[in-house]
Amino acid sequence: MSSQPLLEFRALTFERDDWPLFSDLCGALKAGEILQITGANGCGKTTLLHILATIQAPTAGSLHWQGRDISRCRQEYLTAMAFVGHQSGLKLSLTPRENLHWLSQLQPLSRVSSGAALARIGLAGFEDVPCYTLSAGQLRRAALAILCMSEAKLWLLDEPLTALDVEGIADLEALLLGHVAEGGGVVLSSHQPLAIPALRTLALDAMTEVAY
Amino acid sequence: MTSLGGAFFAVIQRDLSIAMRHRGDLLNPLFFFLIVVTLVPLGISPEPTRLAAMAPGMIWISALLATLLALDNLFQADFADGSLVQLMLSPEPLWLLVLAKIIAHWLVTGLPVVLFSPLLGMILSLPGAGFLPLLLGLALGTAVFSLLGAVGAALTVALHKGSVLLSLLVMPLYVPVLIFGTSAVQRAVDGMNYGGVMAILAAVAAFSLLLAPFAAAGALKVGING
Amino acid sequence: MWQWFHKLGSPRWFYHLSSKFLPWLALASVVLIVTGVVWGLAFAPQDARQGNSFRIIYIHVPASFLALAGYYVMAAAGAVGMIWKIKLADMVMVAAAPLGAALTFIALFTGAIWGKPTWGTYWIWDARITSMLVLLFLYIGIIALSRSFSTRETSARACAILALVGTVNIPIIYKSVDWWYTLHQPATIKLTGAPSMHPDMFKPLLVMILGFYCFYALVLLLNTRTEILQRERRTTWVKELAAGK
Repeated sequence: MSSQPLLEFRALTFERDDWPLFSDLCGALKAGEILQITGANGCGKTTLLHILATIQAPTAGSLHWQGRDISRCRQEYLTAMAFVGHQSGLKLSLTPRENLHWLSQLQPLSRVSSGAALARIGLAGFEDVPCYTLSAGQLRRAALAILCMSEAKLWLLDEPLTALDVEGIADLEALLLGHVAEGGGVVLSSHQPLAIPALRTLALDAMTEVAY
Repeated sequence: MTSLGGAFFAVIQRDLSIAMRHRGDLLNPLFFFLIVVTLVPLGISPEPTRLAAMAPGMIWISALLATLLALDNLFQADFADGSLVQLMLSPEPLWLLVLAKIIAHWLVTGLPVVLFSPLLGMILSLPGAGFLPLLLGLALGTAVFSLLGAVGAALTVALHKGSVLLSLLVMPLYVPVLIFGTSAVQRAVDGMNYGGVMAILAAVAAFSLLLAPFAAAGALKVGING
Repeated sequence: MWQWFHKLGSPRWFYHLSSKFLPWLALASVVLIVTGVVWGLAFAPQDARQGNSFRIIYIHVPASFLALAGYYVMAAAGAVGMIWKIKLADMVMVAAAPLGAALTFIALFTGAIWGKPTWGTYWIWDARITSMLVLLFLYIGIIALSRSFSTRETSARACAILALVGTVNIPIIYKSVDWWYTLHQPATIKLTGAPSMHPDMFKPLLVMILGFYCFYALVLLLNTRTEILQRERRTTWVKELAAGK
């Protein structure tokens, strides 16, 4: 494995109408690493993840995927990246299986079948009920089931622990460790501590008082 | 592995199956269409000759409003539950997926309105010659409404007061379609040839089909930032 | 050329440059408009059929010209801002929208006043008036959209997209409305077009059009400068400027 970082961000600055949310943020994620972004509410954790996922553009700075500027290889980056946002990304009127099937058409998701993925994340028996009957924690599990299926090397997770119970958190931690053991990388935002050894953290201290 | 067509059809299929699970929502624009048209004789006159004179315009305007009513749901629901972001992070070209969403949206909102229109033509005493151009014109016209409307829906996707604003943005753009659509029916009723007008309408539809998915995809990238 | 382009994109540079020719532009618009108004209202001959009421064209026609041209200015500024990410272009776009809407309104209003003696009614669904009304709606859409976003950059991008879509549509809208009007046009009403105008009537009109163009540029500049100061209020050069350096 080369020492080339999977994902690197250089001098990222994000301003909302001249109010800097964060500025000159640098960092890198090597294969096999988990990076936790911490910080108070409104300090820009979600924004940073959105920038890393190329949903939002930074005011200044650049992103590099395996040493190349992402603006030149966005297509390739998107196939190698999985994003689970604060919202589940699941349609409530569809079942978890249907949701995963749909998502698997959008991204390369084929490591295991959707049934196996749902079983692994603790949703066996709920594959074919509409998502609106699931609890918030189950919904979060269903969203995370995408990761079991994903072929992506890089996972970007925005507050993945939200609504999960103790068991769910343990399942997620196991999932994350399995992923990095295979040479993947994870960036996640959370203000809760995670029981993961060698976890790297990036503290986004609130640079401004502006909460949005 | 995904294939280009796969993602395109998966989006259409998903949106259609979601629509089928909310059949009530599916019927709402239709009832709206019916009620607006019912108000015409009540508000103006039940006299068949007067109704017949107004029928093409009234049906077209109500169809326009009915499709407008359903427009803000095109992207907003997907934005709220995060699936829009998943769509945008797909390696597939975004304009293609947007086009798939527009097609699905047209199938569940535009097409029912088109199929429903002869009934409304009947209750408004539209002369027999007007029915075919009404159907054809509405089929093309509602497609343009969905295509152009998608740009507006994409721009306002993250705004909470979206729906009124959306109408404000897209209604002026609907003017040519309304003009050509109603006059095609009118010409047919007057016994004139309406082929030329229909061809213009088809050209407008083709033009919108060519450009609107790109504009809507660009608009989405901006619009999700609220 | 490229460097010059980006230098022009710097709000500070633009602010200082525009200070230099602002007085000249103001002078030109005052001279042209005063000349045009006096010439048009007092010295141009009466219209054979419309009498003195035709003289409102000295306001109506230039305003109508600029109403449409203003939309293209706005769309072009929006496109430049979107493609080259030049903030100044965004500011010009923001400044151009209300100005264009105001000119469209003036064109409609003067048209209505003109309509009373000419057609006996303030409002008539004439092709030009209807197109102008749709144009006003397009402007209103842009202004409403620009006020709905929480950040200026998003707002500018969104408005640029809408303005571009509008630009593509305007010729279609104008053509369709023209065509619609020929379908429903009563034969008795026929507007006198510019080509049939007497040269003595036409010359002051030309002066007025030039004057309106200068005036438009002047107001656009002033609006843009206000926008620049507001957005750059935290920079040192604006603070120095405010302190009277």
